[in-house]
Amino acid sequence: MKDKKPKSVFKEGAITSDFIGNSIYKHQTKTSIGAHNIFLGQVRADEIDGKTVSAIEYTAYEDMANQKSHDIRESAFEKFELTCMHIYHSLGTVKAGEICLFVFVSSPRRKVVFEALEFIVEAIKADVPVFGKEIFEDESHQWKKNT
Amino acid sequence: MQITIKYFGQIAEVTKLEEESLEFSGSLVSDLIEVLNKKYSKLINKDFQIAQNQELVSNETEITGQEIALLPPFAGG
Repeated sequence: MKDKKPKSVFKEGAITSDFIGNSIYKHQTKTSIGAHNIFLGQVRADEIDGKTVSAIEYTAYEDMANQKSHDIRESAFEKFELTCMHIYHSLGTVKAGEICLFVFVSSPRRKVVFEALEFIVEAIKADVPVFGKEIFEDESHQWKKNT
Repeated sequence: MQITIKYFGQIAEVTKLEEESLEFSGSLVSDLIEVLNKKYSKLINKDFQIAQNQELVSNETEITGQEIALLPPFAGG
């Protein structure tokens, strides 16, 4: 059971390269870190039945999503020797070519961050209740499904 | 008992609601699905999972009256 609300992983709109760059900068004071690894999910302009995706509108069951992200975080720290990790996911509209997911892991050594990042990203895709409405250029839509 | 149900994504498109309270007299998740399928006939063709108190549950799980949510396929990332 939950004793307190976990930290929110959500940010309104796209995750900017400034935000990502600044996150890297902030870790320069943590000098026990020897390796970072970063995953950036980008909205793809998929072509479906002759129509092109221009944006994805994200919604989420926020309380459950934050709780699940917190659980993923706990198991990542249990499994891997990590110094820190951060997850950010967009809500609202993110245009094709923009970033909607930013996962950042840091450790004293490199091997750990490769494994940890894959574990975390796969868990987010499978377990975190985020929903995506793919908006086409003609403003029609369909619902995205992770495969 | 009175239960609160949250709807998301394409499920909310079908119900035209994000949340509602209803009086539920069954006991299992499968009973609730039956009630909702009757209320929203288009739900029958939709793919969704049920969460109770923010954990995914199966059709055989007992409804305990906490927060229920209908979750369409996840699309995070």
